[in-house]
Amino acid sequence: MLSRRRPELEALTAIVIGVLTAAAVYLMLARNFMRFLFGLILLSNAVNLTIFASGRMTKGAPALVPYGADAPVSVVGNALPQALVLTAIVIGFGLLAFALALAFEGYRRMQTVDTDEMRFAEPKEDATK
Amino acid sequence: MSWVLVMPIAVPFATAVVAYLARNYPAGRWISLAGSGLSLVVSAVLMVAVLNEGVIAAQMSNWNAPFGITLVADYLSAVMVVITAITGLATAIYALGEIPEKTERLGFYALFQVLIAGVTGAFLTGDLFNLYVWFEVMLIASFSLLVIGGGKDRLDAGIKYVALNLVSTLIFLSGIGLLYGVTGTLNMADLRQAVAQAENQGLITVIAMMFMVGFGVKAAVFPLFFWLPASYHTPYFAISAVFAGLLTKVGVYALMRMFTLVFVGDVGFTHEILLWVSVLTMFTGVIGAAAQSDFRKILSFHIISQIGYMTLGLALFTPLALVGGVFYLVHHIIVKANLFFVAGLAQQYAGSTDLNRIGGLYKSAPLLAALFIIPAFSLAGFPPLSGFWAKYLIVKAALEIDAWFIAFVSLLVGLLTIFSMTKIWGMAFWKPHPDGIYQTPDRAPARVTRAMIIPIAGLAAMTIVIGFYPEPFVQFATTAAAQLLDPTDYVTTVLGVQP
Repeated sequence: MLSRRRPELEALTAIVIGVLTAAAVYLMLARNFMRFLFGLILLSNAVNLTIFASGRMTKGAPALVPYGADAPVSVVGNALPQALVLTAIVIGFGLLAFALALAFEGYRRMQTVDTDEMRFAEPKEDATK
Repeated sequence: MSWVLVMPIAVPFATAVVAYLARNYPAGRWISLAGSGLSLVVSAVLMVAVLNEGVIAAQMSNWNAPFGITLVADYLSAVMVVITAITGLATAIYALGEIPEKTERLGFYALFQVLIAGVTGAFLTGDLFNLYVWFEVMLIASFSLLVIGGGKDRLDAGIKYVALNLVSTLIFLSGIGLLYGVTGTLNMADLRQAVAQAENQGLITVIAMMFMVGFGVKAAVFPLFFWLPASYHTPYFAISAVFAGLLTKVGVYALMRMFTLVFVGDVGFTHEILLWVSVLTMFTGVIGAAAQSDFRKILSFHIISQIGYMTLGLALFTPLALVGGVFYLVHHIIVKANLFFVAGLAQQYAGSTDLNRIGGLYKSAPLLAALFIIPAFSLAGFPPLSGFWAKYLIVKAALEIDAWFIAFVSLLVGLLTIFSMTKIWGMAFWKPHPDGIYQTPDRAPARVTRAMIIPIAGLAAMTIVIGFYPEPFVQFATTAAAQLLDPTDYVTTVLGVQP
């Protein structure tokens, strides 16, 4: 059952996604790996909002089926994007937790968060050979 | 029917759980080995089922397509699952020799089995969002495996690998979101019709390019490959072999699937871009390799170069080119994993992988020298090894449509590959060891080298078999390519199967 579209909410979400993405790209251009990760977190939220918005913003009840019925009786919101976003948030949370731990361990061992100075896997003298 | 499709994913996961519980005991490594053997058996069962019945599909939890998650196997999926199990088994044997006990206690085998499960899942799923989930399973396992064992170089490599792969994942994910927004479905078979009927075909092409970039990073095509040579030379050899063999190929597989099944509305635009990307990938990869002087770094750049051939098979988009692409995919996994295995054993015998610091392997390890020659020349495309037929099919496909320049570049890249392989041969095998030591016995006890030489010999034997007896393999690839170009069977099987 389709419910009423809310174009003004969709426009607002689109702007929020744009702002988040812009801030994310700005942060990710930094040499500092921590800034890069913060940018990544913002970008991942922008992507989650994109998925959410692609399910269309509608005014509707929660997608619940009453006991004994086979389908929702009233107009309901699209539940699939919410399920997708929930999965994406959980996965993104795990990956970012790993990335932050990796950044910390990297800082502890390498004494730097500047990606230009991280030359342990590819030492500079290789370039001249 | 559904258990046939579920088992290749469930077995590695179950093995991972048991291997994790037994990680502090020697039993852990034998559990991993047994699990990998069992994986090969269930993959073979899947292959037999696909050979007998054509495309098979199963709906998970009795939710009909396109609403639930579908697992589906056509010829391409089936062969990828089998080759994943073979690589997994070879790596499990190799790891017995290489992986130290300290690393085993950290849960090495559990992570390894999760990686195999993720790769297999990505090959079998028929649902786009589920593909994303399998990518993530694979990624998180690969992150951990890359940095396990510590060390500055591994952490450094890990940071670059993690950063670029996370960005590509987000691009892929936003592509999924937008595609869902346009079509309202995520089932790949259903998407084929939905995308063809979409009103705004320009938007579809934009989304297609997002998928191309997302998968392109995973597959390490030009100009998105920089994470690969920054990281593949640092982890354990068993790990870099399984990465080199399988991970980039998941990206290539995803490209092949999406750009034959779903995004075929504007082939003149999307596949033309992929064509030139492939040519540049082949060429920059092989040139990059020529500048390196480390065993594994040379091999890493050659992965990139070879990826170009596979995407070229897709980009030319003729039946013969796709046959070549599929054949190349399978041949490359065997050969490339094997070369990384050889690099690991060379380090055991000579003490390093830096070609300037090793040598004399022809004298100290003649068997290894013989076993290096087979995958190395197969990689370069020497007849009668498997690489010859793979390159022959691609070049013939290019000549058939009068793409002279592309055929020329692929032959030239083959020639430059020989240059790199002879460089390794000359510096690691023929020249005397700079320290005058040919072998340090305590570095390479027989137990270790025996476990490492078995998979090398096994994969080399497969290369020879495919090389001397290519007919059934080409026949198989022909059917796989036909299914890709005309996915009617795929679509009807997925959408028609009742749970």
